[in-house]
Amino acid sequence: MQWETVIGLEVHVQLATQSKIFSGASTAFGAEPNTQACAIDLGLPGVLPVLNEGAVAMAVQFGLAINAEIPETSLFERKNYFYPDLPKGYQTSQMAQPIVGKGEVEIVLDDDVRKRIRIHHAHLEEDAGKSLHEDFHGMSGIDLNRAGTPLLEIVSEPDMRSAKEAVAYIRAIHAIVTYLGISDGNMAEGSMRCDVNVSVRPKGQETLGTRAEIKNVNSFRFVERAIEFEVERQIELIEDGGKVVQETRLYDPDQDETRSMRTKEEANDYRYFPCPDLLPVMLDEAYIEHQRSTLPELPTEKRNRFETSLGLSTYDAGVLSSTRPMAEYFEAVLAVCGDAKQAANWVQGELSGHLNRENIDISNSPVTPEQLGGLISRVLDDTINGKAAKQVFAALWNNEGASADEIIDTRGLKQVTDTGAIEAMIDQVIADSPVQVAQYREADPEKRGKMIGYFVGQVMKASRGTANPQQVNGLLKQKLDEA
Amino acid sequence: MAIEHSDVLRAAHLARLGLNSDAEAAGYVDDLTRILEMVDRLQAVDTEGVAPLSHPLDATQRLRPDEVTETNQRETFQACAPETADGLYLVPRVVE
Repeated sequence: MQWETVIGLEVHVQLATQSKIFSGASTAFGAEPNTQACAIDLGLPGVLPVLNEGAVAMAVQFGLAINAEIPETSLFERKNYFYPDLPKGYQTSQMAQPIVGKGEVEIVLDDDVRKRIRIHHAHLEEDAGKSLHEDFHGMSGIDLNRAGTPLLEIVSEPDMRSAKEAVAYIRAIHAIVTYLGISDGNMAEGSMRCDVNVSVRPKGQETLGTRAEIKNVNSFRFVERAIEFEVERQIELIEDGGKVVQETRLYDPDQDETRSMRTKEEANDYRYFPCPDLLPVMLDEAYIEHQRSTLPELPTEKRNRFETSLGLSTYDAGVLSSTRPMAEYFEAVLAVCGDAKQAANWVQGELSGHLNRENIDISNSPVTPEQLGGLISRVLDDTINGKAAKQVFAALWNNEGASADEIIDTRGLKQVTDTGAIEAMIDQVIADSPVQVAQYREADPEKRGKMIGYFVGQVMKASRGTANPQQVNGLLKQKLDEA
Repeated sequence: MAIEHSDVLRAAHLARLGLNSDAEAAGYVDDLTRILEMVDRLQAVDTEGVAPLSHPLDATQRLRPDEVTETNQRETFQACAPETADGLYLVPRVVE
């Protein structure tokens, strides 16, 4: 039987506010336990939550970025359950009237196939604290610094049909929130966490199969592997005559499998009800339009512009727009040198190679975009050849000069285009290589093309890499074929 | 709508309320049944075209600027905690 996979995702994005969603406690990462948990976060009696305007603004910006409706009124509700890292006994969340309504996100698959994934809604909620189960004399330790950190939960429709699509979707969400600057998108630190709903159904069947929810997957790679494992598990189960049960599972990266979380005797019953401490949130047209005016160019728009107005290939446009720092770096290089294709090649080639090798983020690149742009300009105006350009780049990388021009000057890398000077070097090389010259002249004309490489190399060496390679090639041919 | 003994036990469990006896639970069956009778009467009112009321106050949420205004008061807060270690609140071990 042919099976079809159906995937829906809930992505929790930690918003990059300074303070918590309902209190003035700091959200900075990595503080000493419980030093950023105030009376409101602890749920002490008599406190009142007050909604953070920064969190509202970020949610609205996300909504506008995915072309979603932003309802005039949204409400906060209490989701009730008991767990030690949830001191109030409820999570303040949204259900009936979330802040962001239906929208959509475009994903790009291999071969430039594009697909729209519908967003059901996105809502604001608070994060819980952290439980540490190391042994504290048989007790658990609770750190409530994270309690009350604002989250935007983005809920997709079940529109994805493969692990690859799911990963492309998460990448698209990641790109949007980091472009907007509403989250640092750091999955390792938990700034983006996914719950993945997976089901399978016979191809062509309309109704959805029973789904399993895989909780808290925290990397692109794990999302892909968790889905692949889960799909295989469900298909095998059904083909062996079994039935998928609706349950929550956990992905274990070490074993590369999903496991059922011990099924609770009772299904969750969160008893949502409107939070009496928070009034309805009203957003007027002026506020929403103000937020719209702050939106930067978004990843999809940038990608399209790189392709259509800069003439970059689909692949280059995709890579260069993949993150905002990358796109900004590329555009700054382009502003200096004026040649999009060259700027794209250098950023993706020499620069990315060095960054990857030393595991440095592009925003901390030792070579500034102005320096790289200056270097490319000197290649474009034939001041230096490609070989010298690599030397200049290495020198800039090692901070051995302030600009390409300075390095070219001090190292004498200026390309030699003076025919007389090049001819003198060629004559010397020919005089020094009688054996090779004889072999060359005896060879078939077709073979000579390859053999000339040796002489070009020698001349380039003699010029310390500064001779113009095209000129060297042409002049060598003349001189060698002469006799 | 009728409330049954098992509904009371379930609601008490969800709210982590301890009921001391069957008689106590039976008392809640009566109380809750009467409350629900009142709800039934409310349900009978024609609310066609009336927007649901989410909050009794006719006001909207005030927003707070995104600023850190709280300082570390861990010592004060942990003074009344039953047990702490390394800055953490300690609770009976939770196992998923």
